[in-house]
Amino acid sequence: MSGVLVIVEQHAGRIARISWEAVAAAQKLAALQGLPVRAAIVGAQTESLAAEVAAQLPGKVVRVDHPLLAQYTADGFTLALEQLIRAERPDYVVLPHTYQVRDYAPALAARLGQVLISDVVDLGEGPVFTRQLLQGRLNGVYRHTGTGPCFVSVQAGAFRPSDPDSTATPAEIAIFTPTLDPAQIRTIPCEPFRASSQSVDLGSAQLIVSVGRGIKDADNIPLVQELATALGAELAASRPICDSGWLPMERQVGSSGQTVSPKLYLAVGISGAIQHLVGMKGSQCIVAINKDPDAPIFEVADYGIVGDLFEVVPALTAAVRAAKV
Amino acid sequence: MKIVVAIKQVPERDAQICIDAAGKWIVESGLQYALNESDAYALEEALQLKERHGGEVIVVSAGPERVGSTIREALAKGADRAIHIDCDDLGSSDPLGVARLLAAAVKPESPDLLLTGLQSEDLGLGQTGVIVAELLGLPHATLILHVEKTETGLKVKRELEEGWFQTVELPTPAVLTIQSGGNKLRYATLMGIKRAKTKEVRRVAAAELAVEAAPVVLLERVTLPQKQKSTQILPGTAKEAAAALVEKLKFEVRVL
Repeated sequence: MSGVLVIVEQHAGRIARISWEAVAAAQKLAALQGLPVRAAIVGAQTESLAAEVAAQLPGKVVRVDHPLLAQYTADGFTLALEQLIRAERPDYVVLPHTYQVRDYAPALAARLGQVLISDVVDLGEGPVFTRQLLQGRLNGVYRHTGTGPCFVSVQAGAFRPSDPDSTATPAEIAIFTPTLDPAQIRTIPCEPFRASSQSVDLGSAQLIVSVGRGIKDADNIPLVQELATALGAELAASRPICDSGWLPMERQVGSSGQTVSPKLYLAVGISGAIQHLVGMKGSQCIVAINKDPDAPIFEVADYGIVGDLFEVVPALTAAVRAAKV
Repeated sequence: MKIVVAIKQVPERDAQICIDAAGKWIVESGLQYALNESDAYALEEALQLKERHGGEVIVVSAGPERVGSTIREALAKGADRAIHIDCDDLGSSDPLGVARLLAAAVKPESPDLLLTGLQSEDLGLGQTGVIVAELLGLPHATLILHVEKTETGLKVKRELEEGWFQTVELPTPAVLTIQSGGNKLRYATLMGIKRAKTKEVRRVAAAELAVEAAPVVLLERVTLPQKQKSTQILPGTAKEAAAALVEKLKFEVRVL
């Protein structure tokens, strides 16, 4: 075939939203290029999931099914999808940019002499693919120049899933059984676990004050804590703060931490790398305090104060206290 | 354990960005450079493994002359020696091209373990480690926070999304990409900086490695991002801006 092949990811029998976003990206690309879309779902018991995909996607859904694919391994998924792609010969392979895809898709693309254009936020005529550079401070427009399939992974939240068309005929479902041998799978994955029961539920907080690298030192954290206390807000942080051990990991907001959508998200000294933005951009009101007027956080902020947080935060704490009296 | 750490020099995080005349990259003159953050964690993990189990830590980095300063920094922190793949036109390569250079330089060393950061802060493609593993025919695991040596290989703690983790076992030799935050980073000591000056840095011209270089994806142009929202900047002194913000929080956001 020629066309666009989209890989739908499942976890414990569920299809995550980002997979539907990847489907939307694949449909957009297919419309631009005048190509059909097919979906593939990889696992050991994919029957009901494939039916779920087929109900929303006209065309064809391929179940890449094998007992050795029950648990994700980079070796298993790479081998299975390599065989599928060699058989189906798609022009484009679209994937959701998840931790799982990041683990196997670069190897899959390389095995076919290709390079994954990863973490794409937009696509347009050409086709060209836009992705963020320098932690979101610059956009890069990429083009596939090789011969062979073009691999693209799409960032969470970048493409809007279309509403299911209930009048459409469900897609035809096919089964593809890859040839896999247990000896080819070199890693042994264990069951996922959570580090500790999370005692801080940032997800339900109405007000959040979040602190980033700009705070410079652990000794300065109380400055932001005081502001949070004055507002009656939960204190949160970007990844580097938790990496340094200045605040516990359970207070981390972002792709590797919690996702929040409070009424107010006040970001102090946070530049706004995409890994952070995905965790908080759904907040109703975003306020950013940062000394760098070009910091990407200002791209999503409703209100901004460009200035030295060591002057602005104490002034703000005092003003909040005064307003509450 | 013989450990190779692939490191990258990237523009400093706060660097002022200015798009070059061709619109293909940023103006590099005057930029300050630093060791890529997750690569610093990869180096730290390697140094700690060496302290626990003995062996050797070799850093490898590709890039022009200026990369030498980042290599010296890694040596000052405790790496034993380095390989500098000399190339001025890395910008026109794609991750497969860069991985081919690294794989060709690393292969003769036959390390037990190859570590690198999970992604670079400049291009952020997040693929180099995985592609090198594929090219060398080695098993790999990504987003690793902790590495433990076992009788048969390695047991690693892998980060998943939304606060989940997973333990993965794999045989050596292997490639791991390291997530930041697993360890506390060390600083170079004065003694370390002094010692680094006498450590071996072997320079290899990219051409000598004779790898296929034609890119299959191309960064065609760069642009400044468009704002997603119109941000209302509150001007004035710290005190004035704070007072203006409190007004907004009270009457528009209604959270006070």
